[in-house]
Amino acid sequence: MTTTVVSTPAPVATTAAVDLQGVSKWYGNVVAVNDVTMTLGAGVTGLLGPNGAGKTTVLHMMAGFLAPSRGTVTVHGQPTWRNPPVYSEIGIVSEREAVHGFLTGWEFVLASAKLHRLKDPAAATRRAIDLVEMDDAKDRRMETYSKGMRQRTRVAAALVHEPAVLLLDEPFNGMDPRQRMHMMDLLHAMGNEGRTVLFSSHILEEVEQVSGTVQVIVAGRLAASGDFRTIRRLMTTRPHVFTIQSSDNRKLAVALMAEDSVAGVELDAKAGLTVRAGDYGRFTRALPKIALSQRIRVQRLIPADESLESVFSYLVGA
Amino acid sequence: MNTTIIAITARALFGRRRFLLLIPLPALMVGLALLVRLLGADPKDWAQPVIIALGMAVVLPVVALVVGTGVLGSEIDDGTLAHVLAKPLPRSEIILSKLLVAVLVTAVTVCVPFFLVGLVAGSVSLGIGLVVGGLLGSLAYCSLFVALSLLTRRPVLVGLVYVLVWEGLLGNFLSGTRVLSIQQYVIEVADRVSRSDLISGNVSLAVSLAMSFVFVAGATLLAIDRLRSFSVVGETS
Repeated sequence: MTTTVVSTPAPVATTAAVDLQGVSKWYGNVVAVNDVTMTLGAGVTGLLGPNGAGKTTVLHMMAGFLAPSRGTVTVHGQPTWRNPPVYSEIGIVSEREAVHGFLTGWEFVLASAKLHRLKDPAAATRRAIDLVEMDDAKDRRMETYSKGMRQRTRVAAALVHEPAVLLLDEPFNGMDPRQRMHMMDLLHAMGNEGRTVLFSSHILEEVEQVSGTVQVIVAGRLAASGDFRTIRRLMTTRPHVFTIQSSDNRKLAVALMAEDSVAGVELDAKAGLTVRAGDYGRFTRALPKIALSQRIRVQRLIPADESLESVFSYLVGA
Repeated sequence: MNTTIIAITARALFGRRRFLLLIPLPALMVGLALLVRLLGADPKDWAQPVIIALGMAVVLPVVALVVGTGVLGSEIDDGTLAHVLAKPLPRSEIILSKLLVAVLVTAVTVCVPFFLVGLVAGSVSLGIGLVVGGLLGSLAYCSLFVALSLLTRRPVLVGLVYVLVWEGLLGNFLSGTRVLSIQQYVIEVADRVSRSDLISGNVSLAVSLAMSFVFVAGATLLAIDRLRSFSVVGETS
């Protein structure tokens, strides 16, 4: 497996905020992260990979929560492991959402501000809570919060000290679309301010909407890194398989065979049509036109191999 | 020491249902003492089972176990410790703050009933002796159990084995194990302070004090070092 570097990252004016050099992490015989080298500068970067790929392990090593078995992890040149002072520069939102439920949102963020020994913890708390729009619910106990509210409050606690580096593990989990949009805007704003923001996700669209640069991690290895659009194109121009149910499967099969983007069609009495398309975009645009011209009603169109694992495994093979 | 950590630790401790476990044992001890006193029994006959066998061998270590593993072990279990770890705080500050809460809560929970039982059994001096012993025990046991929270995933179990098997069982048969028994230090100190003939220690005062210091300092330093290298495990990897 080789790393696909699809574009050289834009030169960063300052030194790299987060630097991983040849980092591996293993537990006994199980290798969780394998020889990962990556450098993160200012701006938002997505850490993309299927579940179990090692994203959390990478993030936890960046956060000083885990010791790398081999290699070095530094933030602004400082090692993160066994080095608490480095937390003045790092904010962490872990995936595990445990909080003391008896604290109100305000108390939770204020405690964070105090533990960071900020000069004016109350002012910093107010600012952070405003930023995540949790002002209305700030005096309620956190055990009464929804998952999304808890997540936002944890983000407020993580950025109350205005860290240069913000690490978020699956920050969009459990958020409704409006909260998701707001969180995306927030991450954008943090990136534009010159902070280094890294968030992990197993959902392609999330990464697409938030970040220009992406690090793709598959089975513990860095599979690709660089510009998101280029990686996205690699992902979408691969062969796709669809199953289609229509009012006249046989007639549709004949018509589809004439379409350039279709590589093969299989007709099955029960399952309907199985279509292999060479180009995702062209095929999905062509299908409605063909159906319309042939007066066929398409009842169902299901991409058969859209699981992330298949996307990633294709990408890794590319 | 860190007041924020102290405040949150104390609130978390009192908010847990497990904390209610602390009430019946000391109450049982005081109740038993009052009962036998009212029945007119001679303190010489019941001081050993009530004060030593119940108070020092069960009430003190069990309360310290519940509290000592509660201040840190519970936060490790539910993952809330990560919030504190992600702060630029010396790890010694975190451990000492947690330890302070544990020792204070244990001492109050144990020493008040100890004093009452001492009064019922005979004298203010016995009460004071038990209180001093209880303070020493709270400090030593809590240091040990806080450290155990970081050394094992099952601190309550390991702590129970230490209290019941090492101190309780082996301490009765093998006198050599008494040198490594916090319970024996507590009895000796209570004995010396109270000058009561109702209790008598088995190890010398010098050994008791020196070994208590070794327990407290050793366990605390170990806990601080373990916390520096504490790995936060994610739900997925």
